[in-house]
Amino acid sequence: MQEKVKEPGSEFKWVGTRPDRPDGVDKVTGRAKFGADLVMAGQLVGKVLRSPHPHARIRGIDTSAAEKLPGVKAVVTAKDFKDQPSEFIPAGEMMINYRDVVRSVMAREKALYEGHPIAAVAATSAAIAKEALKLIKVDYEVLPHVIDVVEAMKPGAPLLHEDMYTAGVDPAPKTPSNVAKRVEFVLGDVAAGFKQADLVVEREFTTKPVHQGYIEPHAVVATVSEDGQADVWVTTQGHWIVRAHCARLLGWDVSKVRVTSSEIGGGFGGKTVVYLEPLALALSKKAGRPVKMVMTREEVFRASGPTSGAHVRVKIGVKKDGSIVAAEAELKYQAGAFAGSPVQPGAMCAYAPYDLENVKVVGYDVVTNRPKVAAYRAPGGPISEYAVESVIDEIAGKIGMDPIELRLKNAAKQGTKAAYGPKFGPIGMIETLEAAKAHAHWRTPLGKNQGRGIASGFWFNIGGETSVSLSLNEDGTLALTAGTPDIGGLRASLCMMAAEELGVDMDKIRVQIGDTGQLGYNFLTGGSRATFSSGMATVEAARELVKEACKRAAKLWELPVEAVEYKDGAVRPAGPNAGKHNPMTLKEVAAIAGKTGGPIGGYSRINAAGAAPSLATHIADVEVDPDTGRVWVVRYTAIQDAGRAIHPSYVEGQYQGGVAQGIGWALNEEYIYGDDGKLQNAGFLDYRVPVASDLPMIDTVIVEVPNPRHPYGVRGVGETPIVPPMAAIANAVANATGVRFTELPMSPPKVLAALDAARAKGTAKI
Amino acid sequence: MAKHHVATTVNGDAVEFLCETQETLLDCLRDQLGLTGTKEGCSTGDCGACSVTVDGRLVCSCLVLGVEANGKSIGTIEGMAKGDELHPLQRKFIEHAALQCGICTPGFLVASKALLEKTPNPTEIELRYWLAGNLCRCTGYDKIVRAVLDAATEMRGA
Repeated sequence: MQEKVKEPGSEFKWVGTRPDRPDGVDKVTGRAKFGADLVMAGQLVGKVLRSPHPHARIRGIDTSAAEKLPGVKAVVTAKDFKDQPSEFIPAGEMMINYRDVVRSVMAREKALYEGHPIAAVAATSAAIAKEALKLIKVDYEVLPHVIDVVEAMKPGAPLLHEDMYTAGVDPAPKTPSNVAKRVEFVLGDVAAGFKQADLVVEREFTTKPVHQGYIEPHAVVATVSEDGQADVWVTTQGHWIVRAHCARLLGWDVSKVRVTSSEIGGGFGGKTVVYLEPLALALSKKAGRPVKMVMTREEVFRASGPTSGAHVRVKIGVKKDGSIVAAEAELKYQAGAFAGSPVQPGAMCAYAPYDLENVKVVGYDVVTNRPKVAAYRAPGGPISEYAVESVIDEIAGKIGMDPIELRLKNAAKQGTKAAYGPKFGPIGMIETLEAAKAHAHWRTPLGKNQGRGIASGFWFNIGGETSVSLSLNEDGTLALTAGTPDIGGLRASLCMMAAEELGVDMDKIRVQIGDTGQLGYNFLTGGSRATFSSGMATVEAARELVKEACKRAAKLWELPVEAVEYKDGAVRPAGPNAGKHNPMTLKEVAAIAGKTGGPIGGYSRINAAGAAPSLATHIADVEVDPDTGRVWVVRYTAIQDAGRAIHPSYVEGQYQGGVAQGIGWALNEEYIYGDDGKLQNAGFLDYRVPVASDLPMIDTVIVEVPNPRHPYGVRGVGETPIVPPMAAIANAVANATGVRFTELPMSPPKVLAALDAARAKGTAKI
Repeated sequence: MAKHHVATTVNGDAVEFLCETQETLLDCLRDQLGLTGTKEGCSTGDCGACSVTVDGRLVCSCLVLGVEANGKSIGTIEGMAKGDELHPLQRKFIEHAALQCGICTPGFLVASKALLEKTPNPTEIELRYWLAGNLCRCTGYDKIVRAVLDAATEMRGA
């Protein structure tokens, strides 16, 4: 663990240090209020009836018996939500089609996966609500289903949407299919490139859907008054997004809906969409009382978005000296029941860590009878990059080159043109590889049955619309209000940047996450944008506040505003007037605010531009049990470019958390379906995420290649850490066993079977 | 059916509540007593977010019935700090940045305290296996393990 991350000669007082987070005490004492922790007077309990079938036409729903049950106050079905036209609307880094959203929150013509909402009930108790669900009669026509992505693409596969014609294909197909979209990114000429290759390696990989696994289930309390004023309390990554979706689905003005984000118990991308919120509002409107809805863990697994499972083909050609001359990939990603898998970002970042002349990546977005996928930490990236990094490792072995050197030889750098379009600014691929090479971990001898693997990873990061307000209180302390929910220490980072700008102590600033009525629009906490964007807006708000403070002092001193400056937490006469007046601290400025023009503050409303990618290189050591096939990660080092770490502890935390999720993805986590199309492991007992005894300490190295377009050099750091682990571990397992795995998860039965097969052929190392 | 009357002690205070037969201790703490520091992550005993102590023994409160609390002494996260002074574990969790979202934190703190009361000087392995019933999806456990070991050192010295 590094003590402090500061540039030599850094003038920073707060940035790069490790202060206690402002919301720490609330979170260690149980005071912090999460989604399910709010109680409103007279609240009802809302429950959802879900489809037991993976695919069925809904011929009719009879809710009359449920409505008559004493204690039932409202029942809603798809009829309570107006249908929406099919059109793709930009929503941050994704596109939204409300025709699908309205069908996702409540099934209309068909149930498209086991767990698809059919109806919702609000009652005076959970027991009555559950009883009411049993009284709802649904007439289903059960249809054939399809779960596997490759099966779903075949002609004759059961069709989820009879009107889905593959987009991005010329000429447009004449028959519908489950392929929603084809995307393609091409640079140079791969056919010509492969002709120059001394070695070509082509492999196919499969990955399973994995769930974000946030420990806090989805939860909401909604209340709608008789005059249509709605208030929503919800655990979400973006309350302005919740507001937009709910207003749209219910046909209400945006101004009628106020959304407050509770503390959020993990999201990882999974809390960027709406599930219960529109249902709770519709129920509350009907019942005239607040409605609280909380998903069970089983509902979270069955009916909230995991990320895609996928089938990936990768083909890479190299010369003997290790230069990559051509790279190709074909990605088939499951979207779940509606179009919108992360295949596009997966395709864009497949080869992004490398400076290549000839690249061709094709991706397919495929619907299947599973819950619609939601974003999961670097959505799409871990899947494609796992496949690419595995093949790169195999090539290194085949041409007898050190895998770090092979990557260094082909590494993307400033000025590299990525296959998906842009030219990179300063990026840290080479720096993380050099840090890996220099790390003691890379040179430490391995024990028996152990192997070492290395892999790199890339993620874009985004900026986007952001509003922050900063007010100078009457005693000189400050109130900072941001609108991106704090999932992992954001309040600390924002507070530190404000303190740095203003030259005041952090504890003079109280920071809160405002509701949608308190600030202008904020895009969500996702895309690793919160510290970047809200940080940029905080700095701008602080600078505006400083400007105003200078203006007030200048007025008092009867000087032109150019003749004062703000330094070390005080306004001072500058230049020829220096020393003519005593400096005024913010406390003193606050005291004259009223008589010099009123309250002082800064308010920043920006579209944060200049987000920069973060690259990582990870080293994993594994030990494989030759008798059981269990893979233990025994040592792990995550090296990543943070741009600049505002609070290094929480940057390290992002690295470590991403690695832990990646280890789960690599070794154990998967959605398991029966032939009946039903999920068989919808609980933490059978969908086992890594626990403390599964993991080693996770060492981190923060590399800093500052982002020139952020006032403190920040890059997003949250998503990249989940990109390299699957390949790093697969490469380590190959190194330990002599067996190359191309299927995730590498769970004990699969590893043991592969080891036995290799032993029979004499190719196993253990 | 009439509700059950339960008389129990929570964090040292005598309390009474009424509950249904099937109501869990977790639901009673949260819904009857307003002690929402104890969290529900799964309700099947797999995640440990609802960890509390019953007569000093660490349990998942989602696997205990409310009626079973009768005559017992319950310890929750709300009783961990003494007056305005945080427990060393709470302090160390903040210092070590051993939480990100914070939803699992009350459970980890209650579980860690229960361990250190029996085993003041645990090894890293003992600690990791003791905490294996508490899921954290944010931190990878690294900083949690460091925080608990550091708190244990401080508590032994005090």
